[in-house]
Amino acid sequence: MKIKTMGYMIKQGFIGLWRNRGMSFASIASVTASLLVLGMIIILVLNMNNIAEMGQSQFDNIQVYLEDELENEQISNIGAELENIQGVSYVEYESQDDALEKMKESWGEQGYLLETLENNPLPDSYVVYFQELEASQAVVRNIERITGVDEVRYYQDVIDNLVNIADFVQLAGLILIGILGLIAMFIISNTIKLTLNARRQEISIMKYVGATNWFIRWPFVVEGIFLGFFGSLIALVVVYFGYEYVYNLVYARFYALFAEYIVSAEAMLQQITVMFIVIGIGVGILGSLISMRKHLKV
Amino acid sequence: MIEFQNVGKTYRQQVVALQDVNIKINKGEFVFLVGPSGAGKSTFIKLLLHEEKATSGKIMMNDEDITKVSNRRIPLLRRSIGVIFQDFRLLPNKTVYENIAFAMEIVEAKTKDIRRQVPAVLGLVGLSDKAKKYPNELSGGEMQRVSIARSIINNPSIVIADEPTGNLDPDTAWDIMRVLRNINERGTTVIMATHAKDIVNVMEQRVIAIEKGSVIRDDKKGVYGYED
Repeated sequence: MKIKTMGYMIKQGFIGLWRNRGMSFASIASVTASLLVLGMIIILVLNMNNIAEMGQSQFDNIQVYLEDELENEQISNIGAELENIQGVSYVEYESQDDALEKMKESWGEQGYLLETLENNPLPDSYVVYFQELEASQAVVRNIERITGVDEVRYYQDVIDNLVNIADFVQLAGLILIGILGLIAMFIISNTIKLTLNARRQEISIMKYVGATNWFIRWPFVVEGIFLGFFGSLIALVVVYFGYEYVYNLVYARFYALFAEYIVSAEAMLQQITVMFIVIGIGVGILGSLISMRKHLKV
Repeated sequence: MIEFQNVGKTYRQQVVALQDVNIKINKGEFVFLVGPSGAGKSTFIKLLLHEEKATSGKIMMNDEDITKVSNRRIPLLRRSIGVIFQDFRLLPNKTVYENIAFAMEIVEAKTKDIRRQVPAVLGLVGLSDKAKKYPNELSGGEMQRVSIARSIINNPSIVIADEPTGNLDPDTAWDIMRVLRNINERGTTVIMATHAKDIVNVMEQRVIAIEKGSVIRDDKKGVYGYED
């Protein structure tokens, strides 16, 4: 295709867009709305997966909290018992002082807050490392039977639930997106139909003079591409700034505590930019093809 | 050169529009196509324009059987045919110049060629001073001349005119005929479907009469032959 022809196609696409401003606006809005919903779902799923993943990576070990005020001897007995359980690789003792120190570190700048504590509220604990993850549940059951063990911090069920919910959200989201995408496509195809009708006479002349079929079709495809592209751009901007706002809100409220569990706005943008634009343009092209199939005989 | 060999056209397996048409039109001829409304003239023209496909027979055009051409190539074949309609079919939102240039733009002609050829063709049809006017500022005869200019801008070897004088008064009609004659004298084949008895009788050109889907008359220097 010649550059001049390409210029012609793009110009015609814009003219079509402008001629039916109202419908063009509706089309762009419908693409934006669909992609906004998609954005929310992606944010949810990304974060849930992120939390699950971080939880899982911390899960080749569990923390076994001990009851308060045990004798040193009892503590070391429990340690020996733990090591004897089948499936346990090794154990590490973490005194309540160690635990506090660790917590201070992980709180970072806010760590000084912990220095105001009069009593250390944290329990002594053992960190138990597994030989293999699969046996973890049996091991946990055995640990819970040991006297002096207060609580086993065991995330598996939480993580499983999270993954299940994420899967469900993803599935429901995909169905919803499918429906919204179809609606967007329908609105776009109607918009293109208006342009087609406005240009009917022009098209008939073009045919008589010998314009190729694709020369006639391209301006409508371009119009569809524009509709989808603008829709996806707006959605990207809204999702990015909206998410950044919420992210900053969470960050300010809960300090850095949750921050590592939440996907940053930039990382999220990286994941969705190409996806949004491809989907937007795809929906636009499909919309215009449907319209041409129904209303343009070339 | 155009040649119809035993051409037939039937719509929906029932309505016979043309049957067993055998005609040969040489390059540079001027041919009138006459006959009552609904006799098959329109179908004949539609076959030439590849708007319809013949259901039987062969149509040779410039040594190619156009009944066997793929849909993709049809636009390219149309470029060798110029077409003029009774209702002009100009784009109202384009000037005279733009209407003609449009026909070159859509076959992806060079801008340089467009700038050179459009004024030349406007001169040929006598509209050099109307280039910047819009169709609604022109008379019927002027509009038809614009449409003739558009039909020949890409140098077709054949021009097909479907009742080009149907909407015009007699004097204006003769203006249009002079332009078409002029084009014909430059070597372009002109095929004109018409009901204009006076024009056909005075021009003394070949006349092909179609009735009920068949060619009933084909005279070298023919007359209209109907009482309107």
